[in-house]
Amino acid sequence: MTANASALSQDIIDDHLPPEEYARTVEILGRAPNLVELGIFSVMWSEHCSYKSSRVHLKKFPVTGDKVIQGPGENAGVIDIGDGQACIFKMESHNHPSYIEPYQGAATGVGGILRDVFTMGARPVALMNALRFGAPNHPKTRSLVSGVVAGIGGYGNCVGVPTVGGETNFHSGYDGNILVNAMAVGLADADNIFYARGAEPGQPIVYVGSKTGRDGIHGATMASAEFDDDSAENRPTVQVGDPFTEKKLIEACLELMATDAIAAIQDMGAAGLTSSSVEMGDKGGVGITMNLDAVPQRETGMTAYEMMLSESQERMLMILKPGKESVAEAIFRKWELDVAVIGETTDTGRMLLKHKGETVCDIPIKPLADEAPLYERPWVRAPKRETILAGDVAAPQDYAEAILTLMVSPDLSSKAWIWKQYDRHVMADTAASSEDPSDAAVVRVHKTRKALAITTDCTPRYCQAGPMEGGKQAVAEAWRNLTAAGADPIAITDCLNFGNPERPDIMGQFAECVEGMAEACRALDFPVVSGNVSLYNETNGKAIPPTPAVGAVGLIPDISKRGTFGNLAEGDVLMLVGESHGWLGASLYLREIEGREEGAPPPVDLKVEKRNGDFVRAQIREGRLSIVHDLSDGGLAAAAAEVAMASGTGLNLAHEGELPLHGFLFGEDQARYLIGATEAKAEAVRAAADEAGVPLTVIGLAGGDALTVNGEWTVSIEDLKRVNNAFLPALMGG
Amino acid sequence: MKSAVIVFPGSNCDRDAHDAIERVTGHAPAMVWHQETELPDGTEFVMVPGGFSYGDYLRCGAMASRSAIIPALRAHAERGAPILGVCNGFQVLTETGLLPGALMRNAGLTFICEKAPLTIENGNTQFTSAYGGQREVVFPIAHHDGNYFADAATLDRLEGEGQVVFRYANNPNGSARDIAGITNARGTIMGMMPHPERAVDADHGGTDGLGVFESLLGSA
Repeated sequence: MTANASALSQDIIDDHLPPEEYARTVEILGRAPNLVELGIFSVMWSEHCSYKSSRVHLKKFPVTGDKVIQGPGENAGVIDIGDGQACIFKMESHNHPSYIEPYQGAATGVGGILRDVFTMGARPVALMNALRFGAPNHPKTRSLVSGVVAGIGGYGNCVGVPTVGGETNFHSGYDGNILVNAMAVGLADADNIFYARGAEPGQPIVYVGSKTGRDGIHGATMASAEFDDDSAENRPTVQVGDPFTEKKLIEACLELMATDAIAAIQDMGAAGLTSSSVEMGDKGGVGITMNLDAVPQRETGMTAYEMMLSESQERMLMILKPGKESVAEAIFRKWELDVAVIGETTDTGRMLLKHKGETVCDIPIKPLADEAPLYERPWVRAPKRETILAGDVAAPQDYAEAILTLMVSPDLSSKAWIWKQYDRHVMADTAASSEDPSDAAVVRVHKTRKALAITTDCTPRYCQAGPMEGGKQAVAEAWRNLTAAGADPIAITDCLNFGNPERPDIMGQFAECVEGMAEACRALDFPVVSGNVSLYNETNGKAIPPTPAVGAVGLIPDISKRGTFGNLAEGDVLMLVGESHGWLGASLYLREIEGREEGAPPPVDLKVEKRNGDFVRAQIREGRLSIVHDLSDGGLAAAAAEVAMASGTGLNLAHEGELPLHGFLFGEDQARYLIGATEAKAEAVRAAADEAGVPLTVIGLAGGDALTVNGEWTVSIEDLKRVNNAFLPALMGG
Repeated sequence: MKSAVIVFPGSNCDRDAHDAIERVTGHAPAMVWHQETELPDGTEFVMVPGGFSYGDYLRCGAMASRSAIIPALRAHAERGAPILGVCNGFQVLTETGLLPGALMRNAGLTFICEKAPLTIENGNTQFTSAYGGQREVVFPIAHHDGNYFADAATLDRLEGEGQVVFRYANNPNGSARDIAGITNARGTIMGMMPHPERAVDADHGGTDGLGVFESLLGSA
């Protein structure tokens, strides 16, 4: 080993392999690892690739069900949507790179998640994103928003997959670590799905896509460490995206997948050539021999270490059935993509790498993949917070003013400035996207009357206030949003964003959120089919609020029977489904009006959630509802304001009784929906609610051009729209 | 009507174009790869679809305008047969010189995707005749470089000769004289930034775009 290589080896050991893990590598090899092997061990055993801190908890998730074709463990989850069709989806974080270099970080996040989905044989049909930025007035926020949005749009628009929805929050807890979570959804024939498993000895290993460069080396290990003041120096570890090549790669892969050539396939994401080859070797139970001289290279003089750790984008590794090389070559040449046979599978169970005539790596694959370290990190439960009901909080002086204050707040304000930069209509199947009054995005299954409903949800302030209930609520809200769109919820993917797991309080947030999510998934028959964990979202010891983002998919059997909230008409009866207790703990009202981030989050009763949701879905399918909107941030007031803005029809709410008016308007009790129906149909809805034992309260009538409360407080639709559209244009400079 | 859709690497509205044509004409168009040198025999109508040909890393449409298929497209144009270029297709047609002017970066510098209300300025073209007396339509737009530019003399000529077919009601991108779509002098080639092919279905984007394809069908 040269002096340089030796110094680099020492750096890797110091920075990325704790002493016990280094000792383990020596034990596995029976000797000290060389530089290439050290690099491979360090990325495969990084938190990002090995889930070493989270695996013990992730086992709690239900991962099977009638409609689950493939659960976690492959590139993405696969569910059955009937008629021989499957939906393939996953969500993934690109937090660390997006903070360092927002455009490319976000763009490559989109590219990576798309590859996870089309690697399995799906044509991607929808993109979603869940974004969390720091406080609006933080000096970095504006440039981060601008860069991330441009990056998501720049990639998704070019590659031709519609970006149909998502969510965006702002909070000072993300000042030092923004979250960029991207979700991709694709469609495939259920009998033509491709896996990382399936390789047999003696098959050619084929590299396709872009050439390998020096970009992104050690990206996976960067994503497994905290930030400090010098993190901008990590910029060279951020990859550069090329959506044009990705588009060609999608078409070429789908063309090849229509033939019978592929035994196993894996995209080169985090840890690039290393993880893709190790995973296919491990899952297929075969050895891997590769000649690195054959790897298409963008730069001269690349070392084996650099090639194995590069995270250059838009690359795939596939293991073909013998004799099919020419089929693949013809297709990839047509699409002007690199294609090279770089090795073959063996029966040795070892990963053998050759470069310039020398063996540069010889590792047994099983221990590398399966014996990654596993940590049961110590954790503590979050302290219980107090219950805060409306009676514990002063009523606002002016209710109209309070409603406007909520609707101009960053979390509730219109995100049109963002979604206008995303092509939401390409592929011509988008029935509802961010611009439309629907609680979930709705994308038709091409050439059918079926549609997918898709949503991403998480309420970080609930997870901060009570991780267990917060975890439950994230799943319940996703389920509720799909339901309100008229869909049968099927399954979820997740993106678990937390701080440093080596701290017991953070590990506790993780453990409790997962516990809550798992409970909700079980109760709602809503299994987890794929997901991603992003830890170490922390800067100078300050962690982000716990943010287990949920991406969920459901099926609308007939697109003409879906729920929306833009068709409220004069005279419609307004009804509230669910019980209201005026829960203001951890509410948006408490934060935005009172400036207090206190109290326990609203409890989630999963039985009630299911009962109320099943009732609402049935009413949608009976065609009884003119509008349906779930209640979440900002409670009834926010939902009513959104219905009014979308419909152009006013809502006249009336409330009397023991519950204080601000509890009625702003409480965030769960399992609730605002629905509207003509007087004739409202009768049928009430009868059905009685029969189902679902609490249903008539709360007013539609009409006029304002949201009014008890005839006393009035907010015009015009004012609502004005304030609701003010925040982002002002922040972003018009 | 026998039609064809040209597919460049990076085209991404080719399927949308295919489906819209099939829906209206009842016949699936031929999908013609950019490396072909001829259109299928008997092709009556050619659509150049939207997308990001060659990634649009150079000037939008510039690379595509030098593709192998372009001479065949020119020959089709010289015969006076109809060509419709939408979005990136419009950019390709200006880059080939089949239509005057150029599409620059949007005035606001960001990509814009929204439903754009348009006025039909000329209802007597073979692309708009089916609209009858209808003068207002809404088509989706989705582009980063839709800011139409031409010199004043060209703009005067376009307006004077009825070559301005669509105008934006609320100019979203800084286009000269609110121009959203134009034809060549013969009225046989139309380029437009808004997407009529994304507005042929009540479940997706409305049905205002049907008229463009119905007009073509009627004139064929």
